[in-house]
Amino acid sequence: MSVTKTDVLVIGGGMAAAWAAIAAAEAGARVVVVDKGVMGTSGVTATGGPGHWWVDPAERRNAIARQTAKAEGLGDPAWMERILDLTWRHLPTIAPFYPFGSDGRGGMYINGVRGPEYMRALRAFATARGAEIRDHHPALELIADRDGRVVGARGQTLRDGQPWEVRSGAVVLATGGAAFRSGLIGSHDCTGEGHLMAVEAGANVSGMEFSISYSLSPAWASTRTLPFTGARFYDADGREIDISPPRTGHVHYQDLGRAMLAGTVYADLIDAPRELPPILRRIQPLTVAAFERRGIDLFRDRFPVRLFGEGTVRGSGGIDLVDDTCGTGVPGLYAAGDAATRELVAGASSGGGAVNSAWALSSGRIAGAAAAAQARRDRAYDGSSRALGRAGLRPDGAERDINTAALIRRAGEAVHDYDKAFWRRESTLAASARVLDDDWRLIAAHGHATGRARLELRAAAAVVATARWVIASARERRETRGMHYRDDAQTADPAQAHRLLSGGSDDVWVRPAAPAKGEVAA
Amino acid sequence: MIAHLIAERCTNCAACVAACPALVFDPGEAQPVIARADACQTCYLCELACSEDALYVAPESDSHAAPPVAQLLAAGLIGRIRADSGWNDPLDGGQLDDYRLLGPLLGAGVDIATQRYVARHARD
Repeated sequence: MSVTKTDVLVIGGGMAAAWAAIAAAEAGARVVVVDKGVMGTSGVTATGGPGHWWVDPAERRNAIARQTAKAEGLGDPAWMERILDLTWRHLPTIAPFYPFGSDGRGGMYINGVRGPEYMRALRAFATARGAEIRDHHPALELIADRDGRVVGARGQTLRDGQPWEVRSGAVVLATGGAAFRSGLIGSHDCTGEGHLMAVEAGANVSGMEFSISYSLSPAWASTRTLPFTGARFYDADGREIDISPPRTGHVHYQDLGRAMLAGTVYADLIDAPRELPPILRRIQPLTVAAFERRGIDLFRDRFPVRLFGEGTVRGSGGIDLVDDTCGTGVPGLYAAGDAATRELVAGASSGGGAVNSAWALSSGRIAGAAAAAQARRDRAYDGSSRALGRAGLRPDGAERDINTAALIRRAGEAVHDYDKAFWRRESTLAASARVLDDDWRLIAAHGHATGRARLELRAAAAVVATARWVIASARERRETRGMHYRDDAQTADPAQAHRLLSGGSDDVWVRPAAPAKGEVAA
Repeated sequence: MIAHLIAERCTNCAACVAACPALVFDPGEAQPVIARADACQTCYLCELACSEDALYVAPESDSHAAPPVAQLLAAGLIGRIRADSGWNDPLDGGQLDDYRLLGPLLGAGVDIATQRYVARHARD
C-alpha cells in the first residue's frame, strides 16, 4: 500500500476543503488533500454560485441580531461574529485567481461568486500555497493510534482501486453535507462518509433534524434556481395551481409537495422579471443549457418541474463541534463546511446560500489553522494504528451480496419523500426508522465488496447511517422549529430550545446538548 | 449525460479526463474514451474544461440521447456553455460583470410571486 506522511490531511474537495488547505499551508503545514472526485468540479459549489454572508463591519451588530432571531434560539452570536469577520477579510484574497466582476459602481462585486470559477480559483490558490491535491482518491476510513487519536485515513483510488494511506498529525473532514442521492446538481458524492467516519472515531452529529430543504428544477435535471422564483404552476390539465409564494417558506413547499403528490406539476416563467431573459446566460449559463438543449423556450413554454431534496447541504445539521477550533472532541479530528453542524451560525433555519458559504470559508480556515497547529505538536504518527471503518468494510457475519442502489433509494425516500418530509409525524418517522434499522443491520452484518463496488457499498452505509440520525433526531424533536416541521406538533416548545446531539451505529441515540457553551474567542 | 466526443476537434489534451469528478473518461491513444457514461452527473463541467469545444452533454440526467453533431453545430449548441461563461476570454474580460444581478433578480421573482398571490386572493 502507498503510504504518505504529512502534517495535515484534508478529506473533501469543495470550498471548505480548499479553505482548510489554504489556511493550513499558510500556517506552515505540509498539506495533502484527498477528494472522491476533483477539487474544482466536485460538490455542490462547483455547479452553483455561492453568495456569502457579507456585512460591512459597521453593520455587523445589527446583522448578528437579525440572524440570532432567525436561528430560533440555537445560534451563537460569537460564532456569527467570527465568520463575518473571517469572510470579510479572506474572500477578497482570491482576487489573483478569480475574475471578480463589477459592482456597477466602479468597484468589485465580491460576495457572490460563480461556482466553476470560484472552485477553479480555490484549487489554484491552494496549489499556490503548496497543498498537494490528490483527485479521485476517495477515503474509506480513518485510522487511529491506540489511544483513539486520529492519525490519518485510508482509501482506494477511483481509477484502479489501489489502496492508499495518508498519515498525518491532524485530519480535517470537509466532506460536504448529506444529500441522499436526491439528484440535486453537484450532490452525487455528498453521501455522508465524513459523518460516518467521524462517528466511528467517537464524534457526534448534531441538528440532523434540520434537513428539510428543496430546490425547484425542471423534472429532467436539477439546475440552479434563479429563473424560477416568479414561476406560475399548473396541473396536468393546464389549470393553474394556487401555490403560496416562496416567501411563505415551509407552506410554499407544502403546497408544491401536495400538488406533486397529486400528479405532474408544470411551470412557466412568463412572469419572470423583464431584465432576466437577456442576461440569464451571462449569470447562469448551465441553467440555460438545460432548456435550450431540449428545444424549450425557458421564458415562454410550460415544462414539468419537481423538487430536489437538499438534505443537510442546505440544512444545518452535521458533525458536532466541541470547541472554537472546529474540533470534534476526538483528538486529531476537525470538521468544516457542510460536513459540520452549522447550527452555531444558522440555528434551526436553513443556512442555505449566504450563511453556509461564509461558514464554509470560515470554518475551513479555522479548522485548517488549528490542524496545522496541532500537527506542529503531533508529527505524523509512526507506530501501530488501527482502522476504524466497519459497516461496508468489515462485516460481522457472513459476506453477502447487497443491493446498494435499493438501500440508497430507501434512505432517500425516508428523508426526502414529500409526504414524509413536509408533514413529519411520529407514525411515519417510526416506520422509516424500522426500514433503516433493518438496512443498517444488513450492511453491518454482511456488507462486503471489492473494487469500485466497495466505494459504493461504503457510500450506501454512510447514506443509511446519516438517514438514521436524521430520522431519530426528527422523532426526538417533538415540536416545530425552523426548517423542522412536525405535523403532529405544529408550534415551537420553549422547553426544546436546545440542540439535539445524535450518534451511534448499531444503536442510534439522541440527546439534548449541554446548554450554550458561552463565549468563544473571536 | 455525456453524448458526444467529437474526434475531429479533440487534441487529446485529456483536460476532460482530469476534470470529470465521476471519472467518466479514460485516457486513450488518439483521444479520451467515454468509458463510464452512466456515471455522468450532467454537470457540464467537462465542456467548460474543453478548450477545443469537442464535447457535448445532453440535458437529461438519465439519457444520452442527442441529435447528431452536425445538427448541434448548426444550432450553435457546441461550445455554447464555454462561450457563455466567458472561458474563451481573458480573465479580465468582464465575464462576471452581470453576476451581481443574481440576488436582486432572484428577489424580484419572489416579489412578483408574492404580489400575484396577494392580488389573486384580494379578488376572492
